[in-house]
Amino acid sequence: MIVRRLGLLVSVILLFLPPVSVADDIIMTRSTLPFPEAMLALQQSISEHGYTVSRVQRIDIGLTGMGYKTDKYRIVFAGKIDEIRMMTEKSPQLAAYLPPKIAIFAEEGQTVLVTLNPELYAEIAGDAIDPVIFDRWTSDLRSIFDDVNKAN
Amino acid sequence: MRLIYLTILLLLSVQVIAAPDGRQLYVAHCSACHGDQGHGGVGVPLSLPSFLDSVDDRFLAVTIREGRPGRVMPSFPKLSDAQIAAIVGYIRSWSDKPAPRYSPVPVKGDAKNGGLLYAKHCASCHGENGEGGTGTGVTFSRRRELPIIAPALNNSGFLAAASDELIRQTLQLGRAGTPMGSFLEKGLGKQEIDDVVSFVRSFAQDRDDGTKTVAANKDKIIRLASSYSLQETVENLKDAIISQNFILIRTDLLEHGLVKEPDENPKQVILHFCNFRFLFDALAVDPRVGMFLPCRVTVTETDAGVFVSAINPEYMSHLFNNAELDQYCKEMHDVYVTIIEDATL
Ligand code: HEC
Ligand code: HEC
Repeated sequence: MIVRRLGLLVSVILLFLPPVSVADDIIMTRSTLPFPEAMLALQQSISEHGYTVSRVQRIDIGLTGMGYKTDKYRIVFAGKIDEIRMMTEKSPQLAAYLPPKIAIFAEEGQTVLVTLNPELYAEIAGDAIDPVIFDRWTSDLRSIFDDVNKAN
Repeated sequence: MRLIYLTILLLLSVQVIAAPDGRQLYVAHCSACHGDQGHGGVGVPLSLPSFLDSVDDRFLAVTIREGRPGRVMPSFPKLSDAQIAAIVGYIRSWSDKPAPRYSPVPVKGDAKNGGLLYAKHCASCHGENGEGGTGTGVTFSRRRELPIIAPALNNSGFLAAASDELIRQTLQLGRAGTPMGSFLEKGLGKQEIDDVVSFVRSFAQDRDDGTKTVAANKDKIIRLASSYSLQETVENLKDAIISQNFILIRTDLLEHGLVKEPDENPKQVILHFCNFRFLFDALAVDPRVGMFLPCRVTVTETDAGVFVSAINPEYMSHLFNNAELDQYCKEMHDVYVTIIEDATL
């Protein structure tokens, strides 16, 4: 009896919890910090989450070098070697998308971050890779973006 | 057991009582594009008094729910009505005036005459068929034709959200602080303005949101087997890239930077290349595309052989909800296919 009621209660509660966050295809956030500080916060949070920044590509330097005017625009590549290795082994298709990257660009005195939702990699990998790992990537990315959003 | 019960009850009551936090929802879902204070960015400004004073809450709520298909502004089908109302409430807090209320009754106008007036007074910014200006939102980091891009008026999301009276009010008053002027001040009569409203409404019959061309069912990856060795394939790719008028930026190993150099897997090679004109134009259409740029092909060698792969830009295109990008992505797709075929066959 009690167990039954408990079950009912739990389902009622589930009804009132905020909906599980949608698998948006693109994850974005804004930092009110200027670009250099936001970049610092991003790289710091990436390492705190246990990932390695493997490269920062300076798109803006390339563009300005060719005579095109643009504000700061960089791409940050990050991952964990064991995971990337496992993934490209089990699902060679994924190599085209890895390591994951984050675009970070200046908007006046503030900064915008954009990345692809890793759930897309899960779709590509299909049964080859346990999707749990992509769920963790997604929640880590959201948490990293949250850190940058809240940094001040 | 009782304790569990009590805790659950407590949790439940907190959940029920706590109304959704509009500010928090705005930060989570909107501020990346519209700015933390609604000043705009990838999205148009939302905090201008001239905007808030001329749109009703229904317009805001329907715009959030339905988005603007093909015009970057996403739809939010999973937000509850209460959450959307909370976001609308937060946006309203930027103005101290009450929200206007509009009647749903259509205005009586002559759409034919409105079409003539539209071509003369509106098409230069909103497009001949109401398709909106090139690019979206506000330009902070790049040069654009206008400081705020004119929204698409033939868009199903806009037409669903805006009542005739709202459009009429916008035309009469304009939106101070934006390129959208008052057409009463510019000399149109009230009846002429109603004619234009009826014309704008007529877009609903033959609208094209660009969503039809969008390809959610395209392959996510372009991948071909190479009949050459890994090293030969890489050299072939370099030639193919240059012959397509792209600049080779860098060749390195996929694992570069993730592990000490001697431990990098030599059988996964990435070639980065770029056409800066193309990159510049694409960023002006949608600053988010940098996520997939510069261009890149990946060569891998496994027991199955040598393969060259790239993301499929035509698939990527639909993630952005930006019809203007489709053309760039199609072009990019063709370049990838040509380069990869040249290098592998
Ligand atoms: C990916 C970027 C993006 C996100 C995220 C986004 N918007 Fe938008 N929004 C836009 C763009 C771009 C437009 C202009 C569309 C056009 O040009 O036709 C727009 C238009 C609007 C409009 C109509 C403005 C006008 O002048 O009529 C409203 C209202 C709006 N957005 C509210 C929101 C709210 C609220 C959220 C969060 C729940 C949100 N948007 C999330 C990009 C975005
Ligand atoms: C100089 C360029 C320009 C001209 C000319 C112009 N507009 Fe606009 N219009 C804009 C811009 C920019 C906005 C966005 C304002 C904002 O962000 O609030 C806008 C907004 C609007 C809106 C509100 C759309 C929305 O999503 O909120 C309507 C409706 C509209 N214009 C209709 C017209 C009509 C009809 C005409 C001709 C009589 C016209 N405009 C002429 C630039 C222009």
